[in-house]
Amino acid sequence: MSAAAPVVELKQITKRFPGIIANDSISLTLEKGEIHALLGENGAGKSTLMNIVFGLYQPDEGSIEIDGKPVIIDNPNKAIELGIGMVHQHFKLVEPFTVTENIVLGMEPKKGLKIDYKSASEQVRKLSEQYGLQVDPNAKIHDISVGMQQRVEIMKTLYRGADILIFDEPTAVLTPQEIIELMAIMKRLVAEGKSIILITHKLKEIMQISDRVTIIRRGKVIDTVQTSNTNPNELAEKMVGRGVTFKVDKQAPHVGQAVLKLNDVNSKNKDGISVLNGLSFEVKAGEILGIAGVDGNGQSELLQAITGLRKIDSGSITMTGKEIANLSPREVIEMNVSHIPEDRHKHGLVLDFTVSENMVLETYYKSPYNKNGFLDKEIINKHAEDLVKQFDVRTPSIENMARSLSGGNQQKAIIAREIDKNPTLLIAAQPTRGLDVGAIEFVQKQLIAQRDQGKAVLLISFELDEIMNVSDRIAVIYEGQIVGEVFPQDTNDQELGLMMAGSLKRGGNANAKV
Amino acid sequence: MQRFKKIFATDVYIVPLVAILLGFLVGAIVMIVGGYNPIEAYSALFQRVFGSPYDFGEAIREMTPLMLTGLAVAFAFRSGLFNIGADGQVIIGMTAASVIGIKFAGLPMFIVVPLSVIAAGLFGGLYAGIAGYLKAKRGINEVITTIMLNWIALFLSNYIVRTFLLLPGQNRSEDIPASLSMTFLNSLFDNARLHWGTFIALGAATFFYIFLWKSKQGYEMRAVGLNPHAAEYAGMNVGRNVIKAMFISGVFAGLAGAGEVLGVFHYQSIFAASPGYGFDGIAVALLGLTHPLGVILAAILYGTLTYGSAGMSFGADVPPELIRIVIGSIIFFIAAQGIVRWVLKPFYFKRKKEKVL
Amino acid sequence: MDVLTLLGQLLNTTLVFSTALIFAALGGIFSERSGVVNIGLEGLMMFGAFAAAVGGYYAQDAGFGAWAPWVGVICAIVVGALGSLIHAVASITFKADQTISGTVINFLAAGSTLYMVKLLFEGSGETPLLAGFSKYKVPLLSDIPIIGEGIFSSYPTTYLAIVLVIVIYFVLFKTPFGLRLRAVGEHPSAADTLGVNVNKMRYIGVILSGMLAGIGGATITLTTTSTFAHNTISGQGFIAIAAMIFGKWNPVGAFGAAVFFGFSQAIRNYVQLFEWSKNIPQEFIFMIPYVLTIIVLVSAVGRSSAPKALGQPYDPGKR
Repeated sequence: MSAAAPVVELKQITKRFPGIIANDSISLTLEKGEIHALLGENGAGKSTLMNIVFGLYQPDEGSIEIDGKPVIIDNPNKAIELGIGMVHQHFKLVEPFTVTENIVLGMEPKKGLKIDYKSASEQVRKLSEQYGLQVDPNAKIHDISVGMQQRVEIMKTLYRGADILIFDEPTAVLTPQEIIELMAIMKRLVAEGKSIILITHKLKEIMQISDRVTIIRRGKVIDTVQTSNTNPNELAEKMVGRGVTFKVDKQAPHVGQAVLKLNDVNSKNKDGISVLNGLSFEVKAGEILGIAGVDGNGQSELLQAITGLRKIDSGSITMTGKEIANLSPREVIEMNVSHIPEDRHKHGLVLDFTVSENMVLETYYKSPYNKNGFLDKEIINKHAEDLVKQFDVRTPSIENMARSLSGGNQQKAIIAREIDKNPTLLIAAQPTRGLDVGAIEFVQKQLIAQRDQGKAVLLISFELDEIMNVSDRIAVIYEGQIVGEVFPQDTNDQELGLMMAGSLKRGGNANAKV
Repeated sequence: MQRFKKIFATDVYIVPLVAILLGFLVGAIVMIVGGYNPIEAYSALFQRVFGSPYDFGEAIREMTPLMLTGLAVAFAFRSGLFNIGADGQVIIGMTAASVIGIKFAGLPMFIVVPLSVIAAGLFGGLYAGIAGYLKAKRGINEVITTIMLNWIALFLSNYIVRTFLLLPGQNRSEDIPASLSMTFLNSLFDNARLHWGTFIALGAATFFYIFLWKSKQGYEMRAVGLNPHAAEYAGMNVGRNVIKAMFISGVFAGLAGAGEVLGVFHYQSIFAASPGYGFDGIAVALLGLTHPLGVILAAILYGTLTYGSAGMSFGADVPPELIRIVIGSIIFFIAAQGIVRWVLKPFYFKRKKEKVL
Repeated sequence: MDVLTLLGQLLNTTLVFSTALIFAALGGIFSERSGVVNIGLEGLMMFGAFAAAVGGYYAQDAGFGAWAPWVGVICAIVVGALGSLIHAVASITFKADQTISGTVINFLAAGSTLYMVKLLFEGSGETPLLAGFSKYKVPLLSDIPIIGEGIFSSYPTTYLAIVLVIVIYFVLFKTPFGLRLRAVGEHPSAADTLGVNVNKMRYIGVILSGMLAGIGGATITLTTTSTFAHNTISGQGFIAIAAMIFGKWNPVGAFGAAVFFGFSQAIRNYVQLFEWSKNIPQEFIFMIPYVLTIIVLVSAVGRSSAPKALGQPYDPGKR
């Protein structure tokens, strides 16, 4: 590490939001040419801190120094001027625009009154070559892969001459192979003299690529350590504040009859492009089938097809032997299918309904909640009270709006509702996304408990660790097809990664139609 | 709808009250700038409304369609729809009531009158249902379709009146024998045109409340209005709810039409342009925060202001259009609550904010 | 009357009716492309029509002669901009619901314009008649059959509208300003993180819409009615919104849609020249444009082309 002043120094940054202290006197230094990881759980205050560095929020207390000079960063423009660039977790890309348009937006090269698109795309092409990014300057964002979109985000910062790059959870949506490529890109950036802050909660990546790690928990810095002097267990303990086991406890499954069967399911989207492409698999009673795959390979469409939200063009979907393809969502629900949707705010809850009202979202029309067309509020409230107690949903009262609950408690409420229906098939899509470690454990335990009770569980997740730890069997989805079926004990991340990227196919059993 | 939730979450009563005061204040300023005396004008306004039994009765007559169109717009809003077409639905309701009231006049009145009212509601509802259907099945923005349907309703009803109901040589229909007037009140209110429509409106508001907050279907509609995606995932039929919500909204508007032709005019005019019922309804719904009780109160306020505005122009020489400025400002302040909060801050919100932090 | 003259006249009338709609629809595009719903176009046109009638009248009085209508147009631009500022403050700064805020504009416009007319002209319900624009024949081009009569013998405002369609197309799709405006309407936080001031762009979008809708309103008083009264603007703003959506928020598309509406209004004047039309009740002829709009919407336009962030206030502090 050089003796010169650090490129970034945060001094005792404090930021309060109504009700919480997001950052509590946080100090941190970033040296030149360093990859500094910022580790913490969801909600620990990492993003808030970085939004302060990037000028999106103002700290209530504390100061920031860049190259030893105190600065006030009161808007993103200022941050950009100071050479700070941010690669956002949720890409901030304008979909109908081209790669070049997204990159030059706000700093367009001009020829007369017009944007000089020729020189713009030339500059983009050069940058792409310099850092080995292989991005097509003229492609539209909605036509390129997620990995490519991330590179566009990186190029946005480079185009503005950023020397300090902040990566916010950059691997959340990437395949293992894309992660490897991203790591290579980050190394190349550092070699070219850039400095990087990497925000993440994934220990593996930190161990692989970072020079130092700062761990924050509940808005406070717990420690800053050299990566070479630590190990994943120690980091995890510091992050969570207690010992953590990475293995999920579970018994061997007692697998029964097939419950859900998909056979050669095909579906096209509005533009006539196949999104489900001869997809087949089955889920048996008493097992958890994990669907592994990169976002956008047909997972959402698969869920929609099973739950009646999407029409299929051919093939069959059966529940305990009965055809359910192209039934209405309600008819599917009445076949004893429960669904924990991937987007809990959009699909799982009516945020402006009370907790109590949300608990009967699928059953309000049935007895005892519905009496001659009128809802029996007393019984509905009693039901909600029971569930809230049973599943430990933390809410001041069942009359509070679902909006006011924390993410973890919202998810608990959904799980309570879905499990309470005593389903034959439980579908869980991204059930732990955005939750802290405690809530993740809770959710995963519930899934396993359901499987132990003989329910069929279909788990869809982008988190490979979750798939490996929770599933009894894994099916890999790629471009709307199942390209491989394996048991977790017979495979590893590398192999799954290759299948997820479509470069390896492995039929685990006769069901895999490749 | 999320935006309304915000309104309900805090300061339910204070913000609208302050908004009303600010609206009157804007009106006063505009009058002072125009060289009028606002105190004189406002007192003339209220004197006009409360000055005589006749005027009081007429003010109630003025409020009645406002209640129903306000409920119509509010009901659609609650289901996530902006029904800008209450105007057309009122006209269709009028026409249905007129047709039945004239063509079936041979039947006993205790049959014709209810039949006319039912037809008005039904056709108003079906007419609004067209927009609901197009939204549900084809995803077409209901704002555009209801605007178009307003014009179509205008011409269609003119055609029907001109061709089938015309009083020869006049620009209106024959007299309608069926009547909703409350003639027994004539002596009390000095022949003001009071009619049963007012009670229909109050009944509609009650129905609105019970249906939306107590019934199974109302639960569904609110879910669809607040989050159609979650409603769909939970197995509700979003499209059917959209159509149903537009239908009920249209029924309210259609009933307003029945009240006007059967209770007030006793004939139907050929309209040269949109009579503007629906746009008043939008204002009333927004003023009433889309809650049935709020809508009734808002209609009372709005009706008082518009009926009184004539007195204002007579008594203080102020153009009655001023009242539209007042109403527009009130809605502005209710919508842009930030301004009201800012005005109130020194008195009230400061304390509260400190508590939160 | 021979067919060629008739066609030319039909085209000419079409453009007269279309012009106001073109301006207002272009205005709507600026506002909605920046992410702000503008249902207040009707009111903004009202402001414009009023200002043009009053400004034009006083300019005429002051001896501006042939330039008087242009003074009216400038007044319309200014008053339209001021009116739209109310919408901008409420919906952008105070994050009011944009539909409600637009409705407020319609209310305030209806109230304040007539209030002022009565104030200025001693209680009269309309402004005094004014001369307005006269049609201008473009040398040489106006001699071409059909289009010479149809296009090149129009009011100056029509030429201005056509030029603006091209200019605005260029501005939206070729300039940095246009790229930023569209980015703000599609993905405000993307624009914000690149240093584009979202609220500033939206203010500009809304105010431009006020100016253009103002010219649209002015067109009506200065070329069609010669006066401003309570019914001068009766629904044109809403038709302009339909034209904007119909034209997929694209200036050229909106132009086409506006001409379509203008045509269906013009045709009802001409269809009555034919004997066979006597068998069709006139109300059904009046209905044509509105029914056609619904049919076209049903059969053609998807909703995918609306700016993605349309209607959403931008809140950078959202966590």
